[in-house]
Amino acid sequence: MSIAVDKIQLPPIVGCGERPVLKERGQHEVFCGLTGIMWLHRKIQDAFFLIVGSRTCAHLMQSAAGVMIFAEPRFGTAIMEERDLAGIADMHDELDDVVAKLLSRRPEIRLLFLVGSCPSEVIKFDLNKAAQRLSVRHSPDVRILDYSGSGIETTFTQGEDACLASLVPTLPAEPDNAPAELMVVGALPDVVEDQFSRLFKQMGIGEARFLPARLADDMPPVGPNTFFLLAQPFLTETARVLESRGATLLQAPFPLGAEGTTAWLKAAADAFGISDETFESVVDAPRSRARRAVEKLKPALEGKSVFFFPDSQLEVPLARFLHSELDMRLTEVGTPYLNKRLLAHDLNALPDHVQVSEGQDVDIQLERCRAERPDITVCGLGLANPLEVEGMSTKWSIELVFTPIQGYEQAGDLAELFARPLNRRTRLEV
Amino acid sequence: MQLTVWTYEGPPHVGAMRVATAMTDLHYVLHAPQGDTYADLLFTMIERRKKRPPVTYTTFQARDLGGDTSQLFMDAAREAQERFQPAAMIVGASCTGELIQDDPGGLSKTLGLPCPVIPLDLPSYSKKENWGAAETFYQIVRTIAPHGPDKTDAEGSTGRPSCNIIGPTALGFRHRDDVREIVGLLEAMGIDVNVVAPLDASVHDLLLLKQADFNVCLYPETGKTACDWLKRSFKQDYTKTVPIGVGATGDFMREVGKLASIDEAELEALIDEQEVRLPWYSRSIDSTYLTGKRVYLFGDATHVIAMARVAQHEMGYQVVGMGTYSREFARDVRDAAEKYGVEALITDDYLEVEEQVQNLQPELVLGSQMERHIAKRLGLPCAVISSPVHVQDFPARYSPQMGFEGANVLFDTLVHPLTMGLEEHLLGMFREDFEFNDEAGPSHLGHGSSRAPVQTETAPEIEIEASIDSGGETVTELRWTVDGEAELKKIPFFVRGKARRNTEKFAAERGLAEISMETLYEAKSHFSR
Repeated sequence: MSIAVDKIQLPPIVGCGERPVLKERGQHEVFCGLTGIMWLHRKIQDAFFLIVGSRTCAHLMQSAAGVMIFAEPRFGTAIMEERDLAGIADMHDELDDVVAKLLSRRPEIRLLFLVGSCPSEVIKFDLNKAAQRLSVRHSPDVRILDYSGSGIETTFTQGEDACLASLVPTLPAEPDNAPAELMVVGALPDVVEDQFSRLFKQMGIGEARFLPARLADDMPPVGPNTFFLLAQPFLTETARVLESRGATLLQAPFPLGAEGTTAWLKAAADAFGISDETFESVVDAPRSRARRAVEKLKPALEGKSVFFFPDSQLEVPLARFLHSELDMRLTEVGTPYLNKRLLAHDLNALPDHVQVSEGQDVDIQLERCRAERPDITVCGLGLANPLEVEGMSTKWSIELVFTPIQGYEQAGDLAELFARPLNRRTRLEV
Repeated sequence: MQLTVWTYEGPPHVGAMRVATAMTDLHYVLHAPQGDTYADLLFTMIERRKKRPPVTYTTFQARDLGGDTSQLFMDAAREAQERFQPAAMIVGASCTGELIQDDPGGLSKTLGLPCPVIPLDLPSYSKKENWGAAETFYQIVRTIAPHGPDKTDAEGSTGRPSCNIIGPTALGFRHRDDVREIVGLLEAMGIDVNVVAPLDASVHDLLLLKQADFNVCLYPETGKTACDWLKRSFKQDYTKTVPIGVGATGDFMREVGKLASIDEAELEALIDEQEVRLPWYSRSIDSTYLTGKRVYLFGDATHVIAMARVAQHEMGYQVVGMGTYSREFARDVRDAAEKYGVEALITDDYLEVEEQVQNLQPELVLGSQMERHIAKRLGLPCAVISSPVHVQDFPARYSPQMGFEGANVLFDTLVHPLTMGLEEHLLGMFREDFEFNDEAGPSHLGHGSSRAPVQTETAPEIEIEASIDSGGETVTELRWTVDGEAELKKIPFFVRGKARRNTEKFAAERGLAEISMETLYEAKSHFSR
């Protein structure tokens, strides 16, 4: 079965709020936004992420990243101690000392993020003020920004949203009469970024800029003639602040799979007045490659049921891909936060019967999952092994954030990520 | 505020989780913000446990802070009790929970739950993981144990001496296999193991703690607080020797022998007949080149103290530095360090440890996962002997650290990262081989193990200059001549750092501004042992 592009390219969305969404409160088995640092510190090579928090925050970071042996990690934690909380030490002075120590140890750092945590937010420690003060002190060698990655405010990938949103006000302003420019927003694997770059260039859109850039001093300019595409669905706040700087959001499904990628690229092509002919000539070959790669995995996945626990906000676009390009059967699609505007295209492509849920009450959701007995359960690492022991196949969701999955050349890899757990289960004889 | 690149221990509530997860029918209700559930994956991923940890988190968010977070806690506690029906519950707060001061202990008391509820007061901003585990286990034992039957009520007593094994937890470094090894050892000595706790113990098992004659304290970091209390309350003495290494295992058996009134001659005969390969492996001539290898140790107090003895007296290495992050046991580590003529470093600051390793230039680092980062940066061989550890140190195979099989495991662990004898000789003889050279790393570790580019060789210079400066003497800039530098490169890599340091010290003491080949050899003869 070949899937027509127009299946995704729906007309402007009306009444997308009508799909009943199950909203839940209770125990959330999710990461906090600090974990975004895990990939952001690799993406922006001369940035350092300094968490202002507790030992719990430091422990989280090293439990997640500690399996890598670092000569020198580009993140750390300023751990608040009892004397800080008791007011014995002035926390701003203390932080200044920590930052000075850090920057002397790492002179190559050009951009420093002070990252807020639950403890620093609860005691209302003003990191914004600290960032401004420290920026003055360490200017022009180092720019210092702040954002919150606390669990009380952010879930997992929302940490990237908060980080990028903090960057937006510092982006150079593009003059009002500047020619239209395309900005792609959301940290992408380098290889994916390069592929998109080439495709836009071939279409004649010119040099697309990426946010975040790989180097601190290379961040893209923004202005009323900037059109931006979101490469990731979790960038609510970043999109808002970009719009407040006059940039225009190009609405599209997210670039997952052959059809998602096509529709995403098409949104940019249309905005830049690229002819259908040119567009087709550029995407034809890679789109066919992607379709073939996905088609190859279809026998393994077609008709299989899948259940998503909330994790990254990638769940809705992923579900759309699995449903429309692999004919998988969706049961529940859980997401930590549902932005109906940004996800309109993906959401509308889901069949009506699919339960979309926002938020979580993990024990109750586990009961629903067990009752469904899905063929594949997409969930976090805290749930994956225990569910495997119960005889369920799981796909741990974090891998979907840490693997190149966007764009044509990765469409097959993305499908493979879901096929692999099933393949493995049939292989093992012990 | 403390700048932390890595932290040796988690917060104290992770220690409480290690106790709750170790046990079979205890549930933990933790007042914590969204995101703190990351701790679950320590158990499901790093230790590969098959069940979710028995922990219910309230996972409050910013919007809850305006409302009634204490109600949130009470609902979570009530629902957890109904869903999981535990034999007992522990309740407490994480670091952020501590700040909002909802008093989980008081709140759960008002709920009138149908099982014992034990409140935990774990100060997150001053205490850490191991303290949290020790305190939690102590509070549980203190609440549960007094209700059990006395020794005189014991049924089915075998008449043999009996003991409890105290201290092993979930997420403990090799706790699983240590327990098996030590249970085997005690059984060979004719001693019954009454209760092992907290690992795999039920709340009911804790009721039986009283019935043992004495306690075996395997891990003082997590078990000593409870052992002290059991001693005060039920007159159960406990063992002080941790059976890591051949010598310590023998001493442990003698100590247990006294507590269990075992005939000394019989015991010595039993010790002699144990099969252990470390002593012979260490004596065999293949190991001669290990003599005097300069080793640095860092980790929890228990493992560092025990491993220093193994390194120095059983492997023939030279302990050149040791330290611990276990402040609670600082004195013990200081005492041990004194025996080796070194000063103990007591710190939880990773950067201080790194600085010391850099200054001491050991040939082998024995430490935790954190010291692997340091060793990588400095291009030094390293083996893991203590928590914190990552997934590769929860192996599938049987790998105790304790007892006689543990000693066998240790021999392999402590030798493996070093360049093997013949290769070491050849590297000293022929320096320009394109395949086997200083930068290539030991060939038995494969080519992936190439030595990291090292700044160490220049860094100590800075340290030397500083020390001259502070000495108030003439500040001399030490400079290596070309021939001196070239000659230095001919010294095998694993002692080169030490040679550079010694030569510079030698030159500085004599007020030399320049270090030539001559100076290098002068210093060599000056420091030769």
